Amino acid sequence: VKFDSGVLLLSTHRLIWRDQKNHECCIAIPLSQVVFIEEQAAGIGKSAKIVVHLHPASSNKEPGPFQSSKYSYIKLSFKEHGQIEFYRRLSEEITQRRWESMPTGQTIQVNKDQQAGRIRAVGIVGIERKLEEKRKETDKNISEAFEDLSKLMEKAKEMVELSKSIANKIKEKQGDITEDETIRFKSYLLSMGIANPVTRETYGSGTHYHMQLAKQLAGILQIPLEERGGIMSLTEVYCLVNRARGLELLSPEDLVNACKMLESLKLPLRLRIFDSGVMVIELQSHNEEEMVASALETVSEKGSLTADEFAKLVGMSVLLAKERLLLAEKMGHLCRDDSVEGLRFYPNLFLTQS
Amino acid sequence: LLQAKYKERGTVLAEDQLAQMSKQLDMFKTNLEEFASKHKQEIRKNPEFRVQFQDMCATIGVDPLASGKGFWSEMLGVGDFYYELGVQIIEVCLALKHRNGGLITLEELHQQVLKGRGKFAQDVSQDDLLRAIKKLKVLGNGFGIIPVGGTYLIQSVPAELNMDHTVVLQLAEKKGYVTVSEIRSSLKWEPERAKQVLEHLLKEGMAWLDMQAAGEPQYWLPALFTELYSQEITPEEAKEAIP
Repeated sequence: VKFDSGVLLLSTHRLIWRDQKNHECCIAIPLSQVVFIEEQAAGIGKSAKIVVHLHPASSNKEPGPFQSSKYSYIKLSFKEHGQIEFYRRLSEEITQRRWESMPTGQTIQVNKDQQAGRIRAVGIVGIERKLEEKRKETDKNISEAFEDLSKLMEKAKEMVELSKSIANKIKEKQGDITEDETIRFKSYLLSMGIANPVTRETYGSGTHYHMQLAKQLAGILQIPLEERGGIMSLTEVYCLVNRARGLELLSPEDLVNACKMLESLKLPLRLRIFDSGVMVIELQSHNEEEMVASALETVSEKGSLTADEFAKLVGMSVLLAKERLLLAEKMGHLCRDDSVEGLRFYPNLFLTQS
Repeated sequence: LLQAKYKERGTVLAEDQLAQMSKQLDMFKTNLEEFASKHKQEIRKNPEFRVQFQDMCATIGVDPLASGKGFWSEMLGVGDFYYELGVQIIEVCLALKHRNGGLITLEELHQQVLKGRGKFAQDVSQDDLLRAIKKLKVLGNGFGIIPVGGTYLIQSVPAELNMDHTVVLQLAEKKGYVTVSEIRSSLKWEPERAKQVLEHLLKEGMAWLDMQAAGEPQYWLPALFTELYSQEITPEEAKEAIP
């Protein structure tokens, strides 16, 4: 059956499909007709599917696209996405069977089906058995995976215990453990994903990996920073770097830990954290306080500006524009007018005209 | 002399343990490689298995997503999956921020991320999104997860939302809007407190005011009504997302 390109909707009573191009074309099936559903994973050239096995149609069913079919199931093909969530919701609805307790506007023939259903149940039994076998097979695979996973976790737990004991030793012997050993320990923690028990940060800074990464970042970010007026939010950096990499991406923590080392490694970039908690990378040559002076000029020219307006004028992201204006306010150059219409900044006349 | 001997011994013990850890680490790496060769696909394809995996790691005190350089990430490939998802989440939130003030339902975020990922990308669950978002917080961008009525609102701007704001958001979730009277009757607040909270949401662009509603003004959350229409992200909005 060729019903392509549409939107699948789930209600408490029905499964509805509507053609995306021709909104008039709409077909539905009552959930009470569903015996079983199963998933078919996506493969090469195949999309993920849900197979919906149905009761035989009752003799008084409403007119549909076909009067009858030799198949007792329909396949829903998820060419794009949504299969996982839809399967979950559909299973829920089928388990809850809310259509039995909730009345609807239309008459749904439930009672009359019971007898007919029982007589024709024989064909269904074969399907049910096959599904049961398949489920057992899948279950076996999953349970094997879980078993292996549990064993693996036992071993991981040993590593965690060992690292705690080492950390205690380090605490006791402040200064007697060499820096080299500390670095080694931190890199072991990094590999396992164990938080540093001594400092409580996830291995804070100081592993060779983060040092290397910091140097790499200095190279990668020089030009993008220059193109953006010398300053970028850490979120922008995260996206930029990971999009460029494609594989072996950086975790957010990797990025933060590397950036924390920028200054101590005397690299031409630095990490700065604003009062609001917003984190940015600046070129060493960038002076945000100087930028405030030019921001003041811009605001004065226009009389007053919101962060949005300022951002558009100057060509900055709204996030950074707001930080600059807040900094200018902190330094006493701007005053705020905070109303429901938004936050607007004015030159601080108290300062200039006193 | 005795003290020096003790010190020496102390350092030797630590050295021993480090050496032991190094050996055990190598063994663990081998075990993980074996596990990966058998079950890597399972993790990739099965979101329930991913949840189990993450929960077990958390129980023993291990964070498989902490670093891209960790064994888990390198061998199971879990890292790239979540870090890439992080990028996609950031892009969607940036693109839609001007519409909803930086608040979006998990459902809408899920839909938009799926659209952006394209036809051939691997499917992601809502649980996957939540885990990716939890990791993003460390970038200082204001990402937050607010439970409302059985689902979640995702905050993506560094706006301060305290318990009062959260509780009003939860109240508004039921119908998509809330009024001062409703706040007063449900939460038993003074009108001043209710007004302050609503004004804050208005200022942040997370709520819109409908003064023409019958009865009293209604405060609507665009994060909630856009879900019903699920609009496409326009090209202008997409440009905003990639600085």
